[in-house]
Amino acid sequence: MAYEFTKEDLREIEKIKAKYPEVMPATLPTLWVAQRRFGHVEPEVQRLVAETLGLPEAHVHGVANFYTQYYKEKKGKHVLDVCTCLSCQLCGGYEILHHLEETLGIKAGDTTEDGTFTLNQVECLGACGYAPMLQVTNDKYVNHLTKEKADELVDKLKNGEEPDYEQMKMPQHKNI
Amino acid sequence: MSTVDWKNYTPVLLPDIKDLHKIDVYIKNGGYKALKSVLTDKKSWDGPKAVIEEVKSANIRGRGGAGFNAGLKWSFMPPADGGPRYLACNGDESEPGTFKDRKIFEYNPHVFIEGALIAAYAMEITTIYVYIRGEYKTYIDMVENAIADAYNKGYIGKNIFGSDFSVDFYVHSGAGAYICGEETSMLESLEGKRGYPRVKPPFPAQKGLWGRPTTINNVETLSHVTGVINNGAEWFSGIGAKTHPGPVLYGISGHVNNPGVYELPSGIPVLDLIEIAGGMRNGKKLKAVIPGGSSTPILRADQLDGITMDSDSLRTVGSMLGTAGMVVMDEDTDIVDVLWRISHFYHHESCGQCTPCREGTGWLEKILLKIKNGDGEVRDLDLLLDVTTQMEGRTICALADAAAWPVRFTINRFRDEFEARCKKKSHAVA
Ligand SMILES: Cc1cc2nc3c(=O)[nH]c(=O)nc-3n(C[C@H](O)[C@H](O)[C@H](O)COP(=O)(O)O)c2cc1C
Ligand code: SF4
Ligand code: FES
Repeated sequence: MAYEFTKEDLREIEKIKAKYPEVMPATLPTLWVAQRRFGHVEPEVQRLVAETLGLPEAHVHGVANFYTQYYKEKKGKHVLDVCTCLSCQLCGGYEILHHLEETLGIKAGDTTEDGTFTLNQVECLGACGYAPMLQVTNDKYVNHLTKEKADELVDKLKNGEEPDYEQMKMPQHKNI
Repeated sequence: MSTVDWKNYTPVLLPDIKDLHKIDVYIKNGGYKALKSVLTDKKSWDGPKAVIEEVKSANIRGRGGAGFNAGLKWSFMPPADGGPRYLACNGDESEPGTFKDRKIFEYNPHVFIEGALIAAYAMEITTIYVYIRGEYKTYIDMVENAIADAYNKGYIGKNIFGSDFSVDFYVHSGAGAYICGEETSMLESLEGKRGYPRVKPPFPAQKGLWGRPTTINNVETLSHVTGVINNGAEWFSGIGAKTHPGPVLYGISGHVNNPGVYELPSGIPVLDLIEIAGGMRNGKKLKAVIPGGSSTPILRADQLDGITMDSDSLRTVGSMLGTAGMVVMDEDTDIVDVLWRISHFYHHESCGQCTPCREGTGWLEKILLKIKNGDGEVRDLDLLLDVTTQMEGRTICALADAAAWPVRFTINRFRDEFEARCKKKSHAVA
């Protein structure tokens, strides 16, 4: 399959390029545009990014491989990144991970056969006070997980619903 | 021992005001007055140098971990030569235990934007980038909206408040790499490359982004600048601990009842902070604390009496304030597991440029896994300490040290638990 950016994507890429004195800095943001459009940045997509920016393919390839959030291969429709790092480990992150492994019938790092879910174990996501937690497909954070809350999330995603944005308040305040 | 009056403290960086992220609400609460003052009130502010002096005397110690005086750092920028100069704001926030800058992005992005603009004026900077970790997509969108609003009001762009100061302000999203929080790795990432830290010197003030003078500051550090300009350096340096003054965003996680981010003065007793966060969960006893992010040396509960959250006090017991992201552990915590997990993190995040770091972080994790699984020997503990010695101070960036410290100090401070987990063998089995 030949990948192509839409007119809208190309306009966005032009805007991105205008933020920097050179073209190369547009590499990361353009990979983001590509991943949001195609769901991944497989080598074919990396080639498209390189061509669009007029940069060597080897450069784009090197960048795509360095950063963990770029999907270098196709993933499930929903990617569940469960944090098991320090604070999440202390608060039961591994129990959540193992529970999801059981529920989804896959091991961390794998994708369900029907392509609906990919399950990963990841490093600190900057939500340590709201542990254990996970991130859904590079987007929403789901905090203070319990097994029940994890199950609800899986059901919700199966039903085509998006997780809500959870505002985590400052315990010392009333309004925020 | 502490004289810090935290009970009567009212937050200034993240005050309890609804919708403060909206620019009109921010302005109604005194927003952008500080920026206007430095740009137009020539009687109070005799040019950029006067702003640097004020910030220097406030002694805002960098909130990104190293605690360096922000104004002093600004004074290292060479004289302007008419070419581009950059401010790179560090919102990578990836040190385990740290989750405070996101609160600024969410609740009060303009206090950060205003502070960064003042910093830009002070250092005659032409373009500001804020580097935000890619996982914070929600906050990246929020900050982009806030910057767009500030452009619309004329607070960013050409001839701000009718002055001859002009500056641009852009968000750059990361894509998953802890190392990009290291300042020169961040510059590489901003330039569109893999985040390999640079050999220093040259320092960023001399050769930063695209070879031009660049200053890097943490997002919280820059946010404090707004208050310093509004209320004066003395106000700031009068809050909290004398040698490490000002408000601090403490991120508290682990086994407490009310984890979260708290804005309080620096220099709060560690044990009070645990009480403020609701005390220990399930009435358990405190076992240990990591005071400021995963790289800061762990402290046993019996080391904490009278110790306060500032660099001087923490140094007396062999630790650091770091990012003020405090991780609290109760009596049931398996310290061996915790140290293994920390070492796994640093091994995963090493960029691999330097042999002592690439190999060393791998060895630390491997040996700790062996011990954790009950297959270790007591002499492995000395091997671990040996590896840390070979890592410290021998690499391009400080990630190797950040990986080595937790191992050295955790083993020293919890040696019994490690030994108990090791097989009692004293001789190698042939
Ligand atoms: C491995 C490593 C990771 C770092 N990560 C961050 C980070 O996520 N955020 C941050 O502000 N500083 C981080 N730092 C510190 C920065 O290099 C730099 O000192 C800081 O951004 C300067 O800002 P400040 O002086 O205002 O604190 C890191 C340093 C190292 C060695
Ligand atoms: S110390 Fe580690 S992370 Fe830093 S440059 Fe060397 S290999 Fe990379
Ligand atoms: S340790 Fe899980 S979010 Fe920080």
